[in-house]
Amino acid sequence: MPNIRTLLAGACALAAICTPLAAQERPIVFEGAIILTMAGETIENGALVIEGGKVVSVGAGIEIPADAERRDMRGMVIMPGIVDTHSHIGGVSGADSSSPIQPEVRAMDSINPRDSRIAKARAGGVTTANVMPGSGYLMSGQTFYMKLRRGQAIEDIAFLWDDGTVMGGMKMANGTNPIREASGFPKTRAKSAALVRTRLVAAQAYCEGEKETRDLANEALCEVLGGKRIVHFHTHRADDVMTAMRLRDEFGFRLVIQHGMESYKVADRIAASNTPVSAILVDSPGGKLEAMNASLAAAGILERAGVLTSLHSDDGIIDSRLMFRQAGLAVRAGMTRQGALRALTINGARQLGLADRVGSLEPGKDADFLVLDGDPLSVYTDIRETWVEGEKLFDLADPEQAIYATGGYGAGEDTLPGEVLDHSGEMIGGGQ
Amino acid sequence: MSARKLTVAAAFVASALSSSALAQDLVVRGERVFTMAGAAIENGVVVIENGKIVAVGPEATMEVPEGYEQLSAAVVTPGLVDAHTVVGLTGYSNQPDEQDFLETSSPIQPELRAIDAYNPDERLIDWLRGFGVTTLHTGHGTGALVSGQTMVVKSVGLTVDDAMVERRAMVAGHLGPGALGEGDKAPGTRPKQIAMLREALIKAQTGGEKDDKPKRDLQAEVLRDVLARKLPLMITANRAQDIMGALRIGDEFDIDVVIDGAAEAYLVLDELREAGAAVILHPTMTRHFGDYANASFISAAALREAGIPFALQSGYEAYVPKTRVVLWEAGFAAAHGLAFEDALRSVTIDAARIIGVGDRVGSLEPGKDGDVALFDGDPFEYTTHVIGVVIDGVVVSREAN
Repeated sequence: MPNIRTLLAGACALAAICTPLAAQERPIVFEGAIILTMAGETIENGALVIEGGKVVSVGAGIEIPADAERRDMRGMVIMPGIVDTHSHIGGVSGADSSSPIQPEVRAMDSINPRDSRIAKARAGGVTTANVMPGSGYLMSGQTFYMKLRRGQAIEDIAFLWDDGTVMGGMKMANGTNPIREASGFPKTRAKSAALVRTRLVAAQAYCEGEKETRDLANEALCEVLGGKRIVHFHTHRADDVMTAMRLRDEFGFRLVIQHGMESYKVADRIAASNTPVSAILVDSPGGKLEAMNASLAAAGILERAGVLTSLHSDDGIIDSRLMFRQAGLAVRAGMTRQGALRALTINGARQLGLADRVGSLEPGKDADFLVLDGDPLSVYTDIRETWVEGEKLFDLADPEQAIYATGGYGAGEDTLPGEVLDHSGEMIGGGQ
Repeated sequence: MSARKLTVAAAFVASALSSSALAQDLVVRGERVFTMAGAAIENGVVVIENGKIVAVGPEATMEVPEGYEQLSAAVVTPGLVDAHTVVGLTGYSNQPDEQDFLETSSPIQPELRAIDAYNPDERLIDWLRGFGVTTLHTGHGTGALVSGQTMVVKSVGLTVDDAMVERRAMVAGHLGPGALGEGDKAPGTRPKQIAMLREALIKAQTGGEKDDKPKRDLQAEVLRDVLARKLPLMITANRAQDIMGALRIGDEFDIDVVIDGAAEAYLVLDELREAGAAVILHPTMTRHFGDYANASFISAAALREAGIPFALQSGYEAYVPKTRVVLWEAGFAAAHGLAFEDALRSVTIDAARIIGVGDRVGSLEPGKDGDVALFDGDPFEYTTHVIGVVIDGVVVSREAN
C-alpha cells in the first residue's frame, strides 16, 4: 500500500503546482560552466554542488560528493537568480483610496500565487522579488518578499522572519503620485512630508508606550521605526529624493530609494549617507513630469559615486523577462559589467536584507541560480534553466514551459496589478 | 547689424530650416555595411553627394572621392525607419496640452491631418534620432474607430514641411476594445464598430456618385481616396477576431488594409497571407496585458516564416517610457527567432516599403536619400552604441548613444 507521502507526491504531480515535500536530497553537481558567483572572481570551468536546496560548494577543482548526480554544463554560464527589488507581479494591491497612509495593509493579502506573471518572471530569471503595493499613497502598505518557489498559498512563497511571520518592507512614496484630489490626500509636497511626519511622531509615542491595545497600523510603524521593516520609498525628482532622506534622518528608519529617476543628480549626497538606490532604466525619458530627466546613464553614475545600486523591473512597467536587458543598457551607458550583474543579484539582496540567503552563490546560501547559454548581457543569450532552492522550476527545453519565456496563447492571463494598468493595458496613475 | 553677422545669422537659419541646404559630401566606411539591397559588404563604402547616395560598394573595388568628410564605424546600416509611432503628436512630458494623437469627440474623423498637429521640436524625436531612427511614420493614433491621417517625416527639421517625406501615408483605424466609446457613446461593441465603419465607407462611395458637383465633404474625400486605393487603411487589430474583421472590411470594399498591432497574428497566418495584407507588428517587447495579453516575443519570426510582409514599430506608449526605440525592438526580435538581416529589414527596407517610401529610404543604394546609421558593434546588442547618424547627407548626431 502506498504511503501517504507517495500519494501526496502523486497529487502534486497532477496539480503541477505544489510545495516540494522535501527539497532535493541527493547532491547535484553542475560541472564545466563559467560561474559568476557574485561573491568573488569569475570561475572558469567550475563546479557548483547543491544539496537540500542549498549551495554546498562552488569553485574550480572542488571535491565532488561520490553520490552526486552530475550535470554537464560546458558552454553554459551559471549565476545567482535575479533579485528584483521592485515588482508588482501576482496582481498585488495595497492601500485603498480612503486615506493616504495605511501601514496596516499587507501586500500578502492580495497576491495570487497562481498568477501566470510569477511563472513568467521565473522564466526571466527572477527568483526573489520585493512585491509592492502602488505609489499613489504616502504609505501604501507592507511589501512582500517573494521567493519564486512552487506555491499554492502565499506562505509557500514567502520569506519568513525568525519568529515565523511573513517578511517584507514598507512602501512609501512622495512626489506627484500621492498628490491626489481624494479627501485626506496631500495637494502639495510639503503637505506630503508633514502628513508623514505627523503620523510617525504619533507612532513614536505608541511604540514607546505600553501598547496595551493592539493597533495594526502602529505595530507596523514600530517595525519601521525599529529598523526591522525597511522603507521602500518611491521617489523621482532630486529634491524628492532629498526629502525622503531628510525623513529618514529625522526618524531613523532604514531607507531604500525606489526608482530615483533623478537620483544621479545627487549621487554624492546619497553615497555620503550610505543610502541604497533601487533603480530602473526606461527606453525613453518622459511619460510623466518626474521622468523627464530619466537617463540610461543613471545606474553607472550611482555606481561610480559608490552607491549600492540595484536594478528593478517595476513589472508591469518593465516586464520581468527584461531584467538582463536593463543590465545591458546600464553597461551601454557607463556602468561596469560586474556592477550591472551585481545590481541584478547581490546588491538587491543586500537592499532587502536578504543577503544571508540569496543574491550570490556561496556555501550555505539558497540554491537559486540560472543556467544561461552565453554572456548574460547579450541580447542573444537565453535563460535555459531557473533553479529555486535546488529545484528546476523553469526549463526552456520543455515547450510547455518555454511559452512562459516568450508569451503567446496559453501562457496564461495575468492578474493585472490594478495600480499600474487598466483593462486595456494602458497605464493609469499611481504605478510608476 | 554688420554684414558678417547677417551672413552668420542667415547660415544659422538655413541650417535650422533645412537639412538639405547644408548637405555635405560624405564618405561613410563600415567594416560591415548592411545595404539591405543584397549581401552585406565587408569593408564597404557609402558615398553621399548633395544629400543623396551616389555609390555603394567594397572599398577595394571603388574609386573613393577625396576631400569629402569621412565617417567610419564597425557597422553601417541605412537610417532606421519606424513603421508606426505617434511621436511628434504626443509630447514627452505627457501633459494634456501636448497630446494631439487622439481626438475623442467623434469616432470617425479621417479628415484630421497629421501635418496640422506635428511638433518637430518634440524632444522624443531627438531621442529616437540619437538611436539611428531617421524616418518616422507618425500621425493619428489608436483609440478611435477612424482617428485621422498619418504621414512620413524625417526626424529633423524646424517645421513639418522641412521634415516632410509623404504628407498623407495612411488613414488610421482601430477595431477592438481599445477603440470603444466612453459610456453610452457608440461604438460600444465590436459588431457596432464594423457596422459604423462599413456605413462610413458606403456613404463615401455613394456620396461621390450622386451628382456631378458634390458639396465638399472632407471626411468623404479622404475615405474616397481609401476606396480608390490611393491611401491604405491601417487598422489596429490585436485579437484574432479583430484582425479577421479588418480583413473582412478590406475584402468587402476592395481596399488596401494594413494590419497594425496584430498581437494574435500568429493565430491567423494563412488568412493574412491569403488576404495579401502587410502587418505593422506591435513592439516586440510590448506589455502582455489587455489586448496584448497573448502577444508573443516570437511573433515577428512567425510572420517571417509565413512569408507575410511586416515591419516593426515603436507604437504608442501612454505612460513611462513615452516612446520605444525600434532599434531595440528589432534586436529583441532577432533574439527570438528572427534572422539578423530579417530583423534589420523590419526597421529599414521592409518598413519603408510598407509605409510607401521604399523608393527614397530604407536601403543604401545609389539615388536614395543619404540616411545612414553607424554603430560600434552589432547594432542589436544592448551594449553596442550608435555612434553617428546621417540624414540627407547631414551628420545629425555624433554622440555615442
